[in-house]
Amino acid sequence: MKHGEKNIIFGLYDDEEDLKRAVIKANEDHLQIMDVFTPFPVHGLDPLLGLAESRLHIGGFVYGMLGTLTAFLGMTWIFTRDWPQIYGGKPYWPILSFVPITFELTVLFASIGMVTTFYVINGMGPGIKNTIIHPSITDDKFCIAFTTDGHEHGHVDKLRHFFQHTGASLVETKTI
Amino acid sequence: MGSGPTSPIREPLVKGHKTYHQITEDLCSPTERAPSRAWTLAFIVALSALTFGVICIIITIWVGIGTWRLNRTIGWGWDITNFVWWIGIGHAGTLISAILLLFRQKWRTGVNRAAEAMTIFAVICAALFPMIHVGRIWVVFYFFPYPNTRGPLWPNFNSPLLWDLFAISTYFTVSLLFWYTGLVPDFATVRDRAKGFRKKMYTFLAFGWTGAAKHWQRHESLSLVLAGLATPLVLSVHTIVSFDFATSVIPGWHTTIFPPYFVAGAIFSGFAMVQTLMIITRKVLNLQDYITLGHIESMNKVILVTGTIVGVAYLTELFIAWYSGYVYEQFAFFNRALGPYWWSYFGMMACNVLSPQLFWSKKIRRNVTMTFFMSIFVNIGMWFERFVIIATTLARDYLPSSWSFYVPSIVEIGIYVGTLGIFFTFYLIFVRVAPVVAIAEIKHILKGAGDQYAKPNAKTTFQQVESGNMELEAAGHGSHHGQDHH
Repeated sequence: MKHGEKNIIFGLYDDEEDLKRAVIKANEDHLQIMDVFTPFPVHGLDPLLGLAESRLHIGGFVYGMLGTLTAFLGMTWIFTRDWPQIYGGKPYWPILSFVPITFELTVLFASIGMVTTFYVINGMGPGIKNTIIHPSITDDKFCIAFTTDGHEHGHVDKLRHFFQHTGASLVETKTI
Repeated sequence: MGSGPTSPIREPLVKGHKTYHQITEDLCSPTERAPSRAWTLAFIVALSALTFGVICIIITIWVGIGTWRLNRTIGWGWDITNFVWWIGIGHAGTLISAILLLFRQKWRTGVNRAAEAMTIFAVICAALFPMIHVGRIWVVFYFFPYPNTRGPLWPNFNSPLLWDLFAISTYFTVSLLFWYTGLVPDFATVRDRAKGFRKKMYTFLAFGWTGAAKHWQRHESLSLVLAGLATPLVLSVHTIVSFDFATSVIPGWHTTIFPPYFVAGAIFSGFAMVQTLMIITRKVLNLQDYITLGHIESMNKVILVTGTIVGVAYLTELFIAWYSGYVYEQFAFFNRALGPYWWSYFGMMACNVLSPQLFWSKKIRRNVTMTFFMSIFVNIGMWFERFVIIATTLARDYLPSSWSFYVPSIVEIGIYVGTLGIFFTFYLIFVRVAPVVAIAEIKHILKGAGDQYAKPNAKTTFQQVESGNMELEAAGHGSHHGQDHH
């Protein structure tokens, strides 16, 4: 086994309701789930897994504000400090005229910032290859994975029993 | 949104008793088989149109704007007409994916992917016109404000033309990000089925998507916020396009009704284009189970509503012209209806105001052939609308001595045909490379809207699904749901 690799055992379920029941059972049995993989977002799963709400939208707000300030302060600087000009008798600092561009840059910064953050924190990006536990996960199977490293000898059997008991259609071990 | 229970009186959105695996098969297979003869033929036609357009653009750049028949009275002709038309077509995608997401309209899942793709391709076509119509495309970067050695000379931030630049580039970027982020899990689905070169290609395109629970949570959070951002954005884009006209001093242009009227018209034409292409796509790719008559009817309802708004706007314009007592305004409208371009005004009225009224009949709303022809009428009508506003209005200046007439040259027509070529070439490549219907989203709504679940006498009724949820919640874990659930 190479450095950084870990041994896992995973089970595939045919339905999201089976998956949710299995997660509840794992919580009851105090089994530490490594991760859950699904073909689509399964609602009601996050609280069962103890996942806190994503803070991505807070990031979006900060990026958006950055866009607002960039646009508004940028145009203000250009029109009042760098090169004041009279356009058709309008004031040097026409705040109302700044509204559309300020709005557009707010949206632009928030979107680019959030999408970039999303890919970076997920460890994703063009050409990046992450380990795919099983090809059916993006098709029709719902997967629960456990790490088996650092546990006593009978742990794997205990997990196999758990998968059997909760109705997994396939159970396999793998080194990732 | 979500897989929660749906009322049994709702029409199922996914037909044919699909399983999750069947959905994958149905939606991935068009990217996996060899292209059909119809596709190849369509691609050749589209590519030829594109080539013709490129030749005409080269002539324009090489010789100059003089190859167009614009004159000193009519400074905007087919170029800006096409620009506004394409931008309008680009409005349906974001409306479907953003506004309908916020309104929890599940039927959007059948058509959002293709509609968003159309948005992106339409905006590309639109963006071409401002670039070439300035005449010297090699200095087109002057549009952008950047520190420079010419003064420094900045663009005029008071000008709606500059706002337009920001609006369209933002709209394009945000639509692209939104679309691609939605595509990533589906590219992963195709990747996990593919072999050889295709595997490599889709591995690259899927960005390393694994389907982990936390990633899905972030994905949903991102989609929701992007939808929230894109909703005012889509309204702002055509509002700002209308400012290009509304802030001018041309009679017939400087009216405060323009922003809502343009936005409604844009959605109207956008949905019409989505109908045109989806009716062909669902037939050719056998997607009738995913893009059902219910979807077509829903879109026809949007066409009816927005078409009626547009009709009211036309009549309001006429009324205000009369009521204002302002002779220049009155003459502008008299000239539109009875001047040298009267046929375009009547074309616009017939296609945009009268024809959508047929959709009050449920029978016609659910008739695919009728819908197809109607969608083409609407797009012709909306093209006429922009032509009426732009060329007809300009043709009659304040002084009769500067009155003019305008017929496009072959180069102008060629560039328009070329943009149609660009649009269809991109769309045809898109249907070969990406799943046309969002796979993960369809799976997500299956238990709430699949025909075996949504009917009152289905195998698993929604009460059972609901009691299943109750059990889980009673287990003491799921007392609340995530941000956008149920």
